[in-house]
Amino acid sequence: MIRVLVTDAAIDVAAELDALERAGGGAVATFIGLVRDDGGVEELFLEHYPVATEKALSDLVAEAVQRWSLAAATVIHRVGAMAPGARIVFVGTTAAHRAEALEACAFLIDRLKTDAPFWKRETRGKDARWVGERDSDHHAADRWKQP
Amino acid sequence: MADIDLLYFAWVRESIGVGHERVTLPAEIGDVAGLIDWLAARGGGYAEALGDKTRLRAAVDQLFVPLDASIAGAREIALFPPVTGG
Repeated sequence: MIRVLVTDAAIDVAAELDALERAGGGAVATFIGLVRDDGGVEELFLEHYPVATEKALSDLVAEAVQRWSLAAATVIHRVGAMAPGARIVFVGTTAAHRAEALEACAFLIDRLKTDAPFWKRETRGKDARWVGERDSDHHAADRWKQP
Repeated sequence: MADIDLLYFAWVRESIGVGHERVTLPAEIGDVAGLIDWLAARGGGYAEALGDKTRLRAAVDQLFVPLDASIAGAREIALFPPVTGG
């Protein structure tokens, strides 16, 4: 099972976990990213590049499924306006054993951060600013490069 | 000369004031960097958004490319800041 979704609706973790557990593996790993209230953020707005986003996510999932022999992989990313505490992103993987599930899950979230066209804008009071890229995200993504 | 769709995202979109426009490119523009220079020469929000190429990334027909990538035959070119999802 491969599931890629970009949506402005809340992410239903229970339903997603249920689907991953029914995929026929012995191990499920998940990552959930939440909106932080860093220094009083009241709203986080996520913009994306439709079609290109879905393609980038689908390519990443296809790579993960092949590299770690996954039984299932799910990537869901929210767009639009969100409040602190809301789920921004959900990554889930099902594999025969834990090492494959955990590694593939880490790969997907690390590479999503550098490869998929999403942009974050934080609003604090009347101040709205676009979030800049982080070197640490590139270092995290680089560790998955294969020789 | 060819008509192409230009897409802008995040603060590039906000500075320019639109998210999409259709333009007729002069034949002498060969790569993404040349397109950026041509647009920036319009001044105003274009110059503000596109004046510093080190802050920009691009996609040609929905594939991420370096700024020296050819735009020959392209139908859609997107200009945007480094991505910050997840």
